[in-house]
Amino acid sequence: MNKRLHNVGLLTAVAIGFTALFVHAEPVDEKLVIDGELEMTTRAASPEGHPLPEVMSGWHYRTPETRAMEADSFQNPGMLGIEQGEAIWNTVEGSEGKSCASCHDDAAVSMKGVGAAYPKWDADSGKPINIEGRIDKCRVENMGAEAYKFDKGGQKPLTAYIKHQSFGMPVSVDLSQGEMQSWWDKGKETYYLRTGQLNLSCASCHEQNNGKYIRADHLSQGNVNGFPTYRLKQNNLISLHNRFRGCIRDTRAEFPGAFSDTLMGLEVYTTWRGTGLSVETPAVRQ
Amino acid sequence: MASKPRVKVPKSASAGDIISIKSLVSHTMESGQRKDKEGNVIPRMIINKFECQFNGATVFSCDIDAAVAANPFLEFKARVNESGTFKFMWTDDDGTVIEAEKKIEVS
Repeated sequence: MNKRLHNVGLLTAVAIGFTALFVHAEPVDEKLVIDGELEMTTRAASPEGHPLPEVMSGWHYRTPETRAMEADSFQNPGMLGIEQGEAIWNTVEGSEGKSCASCHDDAAVSMKGVGAAYPKWDADSGKPINIEGRIDKCRVENMGAEAYKFDKGGQKPLTAYIKHQSFGMPVSVDLSQGEMQSWWDKGKETYYLRTGQLNLSCASCHEQNNGKYIRADHLSQGNVNGFPTYRLKQNNLISLHNRFRGCIRDTRAEFPGAFSDTLMGLEVYTTWRGTGLSVETPAVRQ
Repeated sequence: MASKPRVKVPKSASAGDIISIKSLVSHTMESGQRKDKEGNVIPRMIINKFECQFNGATVFSCDIDAAVAANPFLEFKARVNESGTFKFMWTDDDGTVIEAEKKIEVS
């Protein structure tokens, strides 16, 4: 009898041990160095008004294997997308007989720093514009080509290729342009709005519970500095707006359309939340 | 499948060195277990064999099965005694062979 009780006690202790292990798994304290050469900023001091004491890249929250995959630019499968993007950059499309390169020449020069500074204010539409939007604008106005459908055609690889030209540069959005500040406010409202049958806001997980597990998933701060990001789950590059929608879907809410005003506001706000982190595109995540 | 395979071999080495070789090929690796929206099985389409040759002799080969993820990455080591060319071959289920080559100078 005593022995049985003892066993039950032991099992309980083991169970509690496991629970403690999973619930309190903190992000790792390591440095992300790409190919042993380029040191990335994956922790940064928070910008003024940020609710968290420190901004941290999602890289810190991943398994050792996934972290190693991102640290080796050869092994990173997202780089296949970058190569595709480069090919698209040099491909002539549309009625004007132009490619991206016809005007912008070498992306390594012309697009350096661009990805770190987007989304920007677009006076023509009176809204913020992201890289995907800027590509479409160029395709329609200058190339005589059709705008990409969401996540289709070359949208993901080309966006990733352009963002990759800012690899290692710190994320910095300029909220003083146009009405960016009011879109930041809208985005903040979305971020803190509880939604769906599970009644979760972005903040419920990524602000109040980052570092903990939600079932098998280790919650990060939800920074967007690595998008488009290679997700092992989908074996593919995943765009930011796809991820927004997936996350909102998981709260069992109706999710807004890609590039809708709601999600553009959220992009402005979440990008700002990752201020100072290196652009990691293409990051590797679970 | 659109992009070229990526292989990484050191440009030079000393005779007798053990070098590390990395390879990554873009491939969907459709397992044959999934169904499309209409419920039809999506036919299997994977890389089923990988082989690496050095100056015509096989140094590493393996069979690959359906459980391997998309864009298979393989890393292995080889000892080099002379200059030559590594040839990499990925065999697809449909019979096509994706090929790549890398030269190495051995002193």
